[in-house]
Amino acid sequence: MTTRELVLARIRAALADVPEQELPERVAVPRDYRRSHADGDVLELFAERVADYRARVRRVGPERVRELLAELLAERGVRTLVVPPGFPEQLLPPGPWQLLSDTPPLGVAELDAADAVLTTAALGIAVTGTLVLDAGPGQGRRALTLLPDYHLCVVRAEQVLGDVPAAIAELDPARPLTFVSGPSATSDIELQRVEGVHGPRTLDVVIIDSGEA
Amino acid sequence: MSGPDNVVWLGALSFPKAARAALADGTLRANLKHATGTIRDKRLAMTAELDDWEQLRDAGAALKKRTLRHLDTYLRQLEESVTRAGGVVHWAADAADANRIVTELVLATGEREVVKVKSMATQEIGLNEALAEAGISAYETDLAELIVQLGHDRPSHILVPAIHRNRAEIRDIFQREMGDWGRAAPTGLTDEPAALAEAARLHLREKFLRAKVAVSGANFAIAESGTVGVVESEGNGRMCLTLPQTLITVMGIEKVLPSWSDLEVFLQLLPRSSTGERMNPYTSTWRGVTPGDGPQVFHLVLLDNGRTDTLADTVGRQALACIRCSACLNVCPVYERTGGHAYGSVYPGPIGAVLTPQLVGVEHAASLPFASTLCGACYEACPVKIDIPEVLVHLRARVVESKRARLRPPTAEALAMKAARMVLAKPGRLRAAQRAARLGGRLLARDGRIGELPLPSALNGWSASRDLPVPPAETFRGWWLRTHSSSATSVKEARSDDA
Repeated sequence: MTTRELVLARIRAALADVPEQELPERVAVPRDYRRSHADGDVLELFAERVADYRARVRRVGPERVRELLAELLAERGVRTLVVPPGFPEQLLPPGPWQLLSDTPPLGVAELDAADAVLTTAALGIAVTGTLVLDAGPGQGRRALTLLPDYHLCVVRAEQVLGDVPAAIAELDPARPLTFVSGPSATSDIELQRVEGVHGPRTLDVVIIDSGEA
Repeated sequence: MSGPDNVVWLGALSFPKAARAALADGTLRANLKHATGTIRDKRLAMTAELDDWEQLRDAGAALKKRTLRHLDTYLRQLEESVTRAGGVVHWAADAADANRIVTELVLATGEREVVKVKSMATQEIGLNEALAEAGISAYETDLAELIVQLGHDRPSHILVPAIHRNRAEIRDIFQREMGDWGRAAPTGLTDEPAALAEAARLHLREKFLRAKVAVSGANFAIAESGTVGVVESEGNGRMCLTLPQTLITVMGIEKVLPSWSDLEVFLQLLPRSSTGERMNPYTSTWRGVTPGDGPQVFHLVLLDNGRTDTLADTVGRQALACIRCSACLNVCPVYERTGGHAYGSVYPGPIGAVLTPQLVGVEHAASLPFASTLCGACYEACPVKIDIPEVLVHLRARVVESKRARLRPPTAEALAMKAARMVLAKPGRLRAAQRAARLGGRLLARDGRIGELPLPSALNGWSASRDLPVPPAETFRGWWLRTHSSSATSVKEARSDDA
C-alpha cells in the first residue's frame, strides 16, 4: 500500500459516519452574506482604503497621467525604473531615469538595485483597498514588483470593483496572482504595525478617472 | 503517535506546572497583556465593520464542514489539478514521512540551504531540525520566526511566534546573534520597531537573493483549480515563493478548499480575525509552475500526521476547520496570562488545547483539555465557528476514559467524588465537614490563600494547580442559625435530619 492509499483509506475510515451516497453539495453552505460592502462612491472608497495603509493615492484624468507619473518618480528621486513589457506606451512618462524592460529577463541583482517599478494592475478592490496583479501585460512577472523598493501602480477607474467576491469572480486562478494591500508591513514586534519590511516600502497608486477632468 | 516532532515538545511540563512558572514571570505577563490587548481592539473594530460578519462565519463554517466530510474526494481532485499544472504531489502519513520527503527533495537539488516562509505545518513536523541533521540550513524569514530562531527559542503564538518578546529583548537578540547567521545587525541598533524591521530586511535580503530552494506552508489549496495560496504581511513570503527555482510546500490535508469562489469568504474572514486588518498586505496564489515566472519546480507535500485520527472523532473533527488566524489565543483569559509556551506545543491557546491532544492522542497531552475556564470567548471569536468549549469538554471525557482504561484501581479523582457524594448526602455530615475545613483551612493558609497541599502525588493533582481562599470564619449555615434561630422552621427541619 502506498502512503497515498494509506492516507486516503484512513480518511474514508474516519468518515464512516458520512453516508456513502452523500454528495458534497448536500452539505448546505448558506450564502446570505453580502456580495459587497461598498456603499456609495466606489472610487472614493478605494482611494480612502488604500490610503489607510499609508500608501499614497492620486486620482487624475487620462490627459494628466503621464505628467503625474513623472512628478511622482522625480519626487522619489528615481534613477532606474523597471517597466514591464506591455505597459501602455502612451502612459510612459518622460524623465531622466534609466528604463529597464525585462526583455531579456533582468537578474535578481539588477532588480534589487533598481529604484522603482511602474506597473498597471489586473483590478482593484475598494472595500479592502487592495490591488491585484496577475502578471498580465504591464505588470510583468512577480519578481518585478517585489525587489525594487518603490512600486508605482496605475489602475483605471473601471478596474476598481466593490468588494472581494466580485474580484474573486473576475480573477483567473490559473495565473500567478499577488494581492497587494498597502506597502509591506509587519506587526511582529509588540503587535505594532510597521510599514516596510521585505516588499516595496513605498507604494503609490494612481487612479485614472475619466469622469474627472 | 507522539513522534520526533513538535506537536508536543519533548520534555514539556504539564500545563499546570508550566503555567505556574509563566505566571511568575512579570515581563512575560506585561508583554502578553500589551500585545493581546492591542490585537483584540483591532480585530473588534474590523469585524464590526461588516454587518454580515455572522453570515460570513456561517458560510466559512459550512464550507469547512463540506470539505471535511468529503476530504478524500477533494484531495484526489487537488492532486489531479496540481499535477496537471506541472506540480508534483507527495503524501506523508506522519512527520517522519514529510521530513524525509522534503530532505530528499532538497538534497536532490544539490543545495544545502533553504529559505522558509512561516508555516505551522513545518513547525509541527520539526522540519528545521530534520534538515539540520541532513546538513541543510533552513533560514526562517518571517520577522517573528527569525526572532525565535535567532533567540534559540520556541514559538508562543500561531500568528506572532515572538509575542512573548518585547522590543528591548528583540534588539538584544539581533545584536547578539545576527552576525553568526549572516549579515550582522547595524551598529547602534535601537529598539524602535521600524529599526528592528530594517535590520531584518538587511539581514535577510542576501539570503533571498541567493536562495535556490524555498519551503513554505499553505493557507489554502483549491481542489477545483489546483491553486495554492499563502497569506502574509512582510513580503518574505513573496520572496520565497517567487525568487528560488524550487518551491516545496508542506500542507496539512485539511487545508484544501473545494472551489476558487470559496476564497471570497475566507479572504474576508482571515485578515480581519487574524491581524485585525481589512486585508493583509500580501496574498500570493499560484498554480503548478508558470513558465518564466517564479519557481520552475513545485512540490506539494500533503501531510496527515494525526489529522485522520482527529477526523475520526465526530465531535473533535471540527478543530480541523481551523484557519490558523489565532483570534482565539488573543481573546483567551488563560492564554493572556500564561502565554504560549505553557501549552508545551507548537499549537498553543484554545485551538491548541483541542487540536494538540487529538493530533498526538489525548494520553500524550492530557492536561491541555483542562487548560481553559470554558468561558466561551474563543468560540465567539472563531471565524469558522469551531465550538472549542464543546470539544474541550468532550476531550476531558476522553482523557478520563483513557486514564480509567489504563488504571485498574479507581483514580484519585474518582475517590474524591465518592467522598464528596458521601458528605453531601446528609446535612449533618456537611456541617461537620465545614467545621473541619474552617479549622484545617486556617492552619494550611498562607497570606489568606491555600496553595499546593503536601499530598502524595496521586492526590495533589487538584491542589497543585488551584489556590483556594481560606474558608470563612463562619459558615452560611452557622450565620443563619445565629441570626434566625428563633423563627426559622426550615432550619429546624434541616437540623432534624442530622444523623
